[in-house]
Amino acid sequence: MPIWTLYGLSRGLATTPWPAKSESGQQQGVLGLPAFNQDRCDETCRACVDSCLPEAITIESSASGERLTIDYGKCISCQLCTETCPNSALEKSDHWAFGVRRREDLVWAEAMATQEAKELKNGIRRTFGRSLHIRHVDAGSCNGCESELQALNNPYYNLHRLGIFFTPSPRFADLLLVTGSVTYAMREPLLETWNAMPEPKWVMATGTCAVSGGITGGGYSCAHGLDGILPVDIYLPGCPPNPSAMIHALLLLLRRAEQVVHGGHYGR
Amino acid sequence: MRETTERVLQPAEIAEACRQLTDQGARLQMAYAWFPERGESPEVLYLADQGPGKPFPLLRCRPSQGSAQMISLATQIPLLGWYEREMTDLCGIYFAGHPEPRLLVLHEGAHPALPPLDPRYPKDQIMPYTEEAWDLPPVEGNDVQALPFGPVRGDVLESAQIAFYYIGEAILHCHPRLFFKHRGMEKRFEGLSPMLGTLVAEQISAVGSVSHALAYCQAVENACECEVPLRARCLRTVLAEMERLYNHLYYLGHLCHTTTLKVGEAQGKLLAEQCKQFNGIFTGSRFLRGLLKPGGLRRDLNLHGLRAKLNVLEPEIESYMQALETTNSHLDRLITTGHLPYQTAFDQGASGPIKRASGIERDLRHDHPYAAYDRLPIEIPVRNEGDAHARVQVRMAEIRTSVALIVRAIDEMPEGPIDTEVRLQPRAEGLGWCEGPRGSTYYCVHLDDIGTLVRVKVKSPSFSNWRVFPFTVHDTNMMDYAINEASFGLTMAGCDR
Repeated sequence: MPIWTLYGLSRGLATTPWPAKSESGQQQGVLGLPAFNQDRCDETCRACVDSCLPEAITIESSASGERLTIDYGKCISCQLCTETCPNSALEKSDHWAFGVRRREDLVWAEAMATQEAKELKNGIRRTFGRSLHIRHVDAGSCNGCESELQALNNPYYNLHRLGIFFTPSPRFADLLLVTGSVTYAMREPLLETWNAMPEPKWVMATGTCAVSGGITGGGYSCAHGLDGILPVDIYLPGCPPNPSAMIHALLLLLRRAEQVVHGGHYGR
Repeated sequence: MRETTERVLQPAEIAEACRQLTDQGARLQMAYAWFPERGESPEVLYLADQGPGKPFPLLRCRPSQGSAQMISLATQIPLLGWYEREMTDLCGIYFAGHPEPRLLVLHEGAHPALPPLDPRYPKDQIMPYTEEAWDLPPVEGNDVQALPFGPVRGDVLESAQIAFYYIGEAILHCHPRLFFKHRGMEKRFEGLSPMLGTLVAEQISAVGSVSHALAYCQAVENACECEVPLRARCLRTVLAEMERLYNHLYYLGHLCHTTTLKVGEAQGKLLAEQCKQFNGIFTGSRFLRGLLKPGGLRRDLNLHGLRAKLNVLEPEIESYMQALETTNSHLDRLITTGHLPYQTAFDQGASGPIKRASGIERDLRHDHPYAAYDRLPIEIPVRNEGDAHARVQVRMAEIRTSVALIVRAIDEMPEGPIDTEVRLQPRAEGLGWCEGPRGSTYYCVHLDDIGTLVRVKVKSPSFSNWRVFPFTVHDTNMMDYAINEASFGLTMAGCDR
């Protein structure tokens, strides 16, 4: 055993200083959800719509003509639209911090609304200070979200340093973190877990499947994510959201980070 | 299908044909059904592997219209038991004389109006479901306790339920209830273009994104007689090995978690994280998604930097594995734990590192080379002990091979195009395969008159290994359970689909 102690010490500090110190340097090279440059879009072309399997990009008809809309809550960041768009209106980007408090903020809005962010019920900061205990429920994922959630406790992300912990018992949990599009067989166990949690409690829909169903929602055995099943406080699309995106969304819930996406626009 | 030897038989002839195949040393790999014509009876296919370099035997038969009845082969070839139950649940084919005539993929209380994989079943209609009690086998005796565990388990784990019958520490019987995560993924392929089908294949199991997408793409290429350019095949090989590398490193870390070797856990998971970061840097995706397509790759990759990074990581990995192999407290928990004998592994259908740890020397990379594996030397590590430690040693050897393969493949990377056009052929059928981190992955695709997908069958390694796993749990003790489960390295998503 002393060998392992020495082994650990000799490896030095492995944990990233993010988010306290460095702003960048996270998730180098990882592609996020595609960026939309509306001014370059030729709206008569439907290349991106036809390539979008989860129907995140759709054409909306209105009195003023047809209009492209993007719902980032349905995007699985497969990058196909960025490869089919002839005008680079949709481009690969490093936009991954997509945690939002309101579902509408994931839908592209032409005019930027200046609404105040929804106030969380009960004032989470007052209730919990800065700490949080999470109960995770896999309601039918592809294991991608679990793989990244498990990564949160590796020495690089070291979630404990932020005062955030996973707990086995729902009785001790403040946040129900749900992955997957909610299969018929997981619906009841999910609701039982929710009912076993003490008030006040919160829900985070993690990954595109839990936000909207993505491409796994629907069909003969799945619901379309958490909408209509549980009251969601934080939506985090991504397929899967990378560990930094998860940390950002958790800090967003605790009011220790700012929301980056408003009306589908990133970082404005 | 290309690369197979097909025989069309009557349902009554299947048992004899399977017996002949097994007598000749072949091993059944999977069985599935599909509906060639809307409203007509399904066709049942049995796929076997008869060893290195030989084509895959494929038996096809059609139960007569209306009855949809076959004879169960599960008493003769036990590994077919789950495939038959799956066909009953999803395709409505009844197998007479099945030793476990219970639901498998669907849970008690699910009542689809038609079998879900029947093309007449609408793509977007959820099954009616009322929760019903789980049909558990009765176990009686003094002091026998039953412990249903899950589906929501401790830590961050995938959903599954396991019932233990135990006395004190000793487990009498372990009965898993899986398929809580059954998402009906095979149905999602219906009506898609082969290009978009790749996205569905990537979503079946995230930690097997490459092996699923690769087996799928190869199945489409096999169906459409498409030759993939060499550079694309070499890049695919590198991607498949990068997937194996981060999976196996995470596996070692997670196993340390169960034996409470804390620093070992931290180091294993850190090494896996570093590999995932390399994936992100060089491919844009930590899970290596969004790269493959039928006909080649979606974009070219420059992997020269990866070689330098791996050169730095390799001694770290080596010293970590050596430290694990010399830690008595860790080894004590692994040696003799979860013993899987050769015959059980063979009969029940063990796959990948699990079967190789029980003495079965089979690896699709070597036996039926795909991508660029025909250009690379593949060593198949085999152990005969069949315990948790053997499963670890097989994976450690595979880690070393993976690093060597990646380095060599990058060094010998040819220039050239990365994709070619796939000319879709009406009513084409194809078989694709891949040795993923967890074992053999098979895909069968069937196209319709205009080249869209009508049926895609997915055989994932965890489906095979979950069937085998309980055999190593009966008559062991509770303290070893978590270690044993971790030593199998199973995923639910791949198994449940």
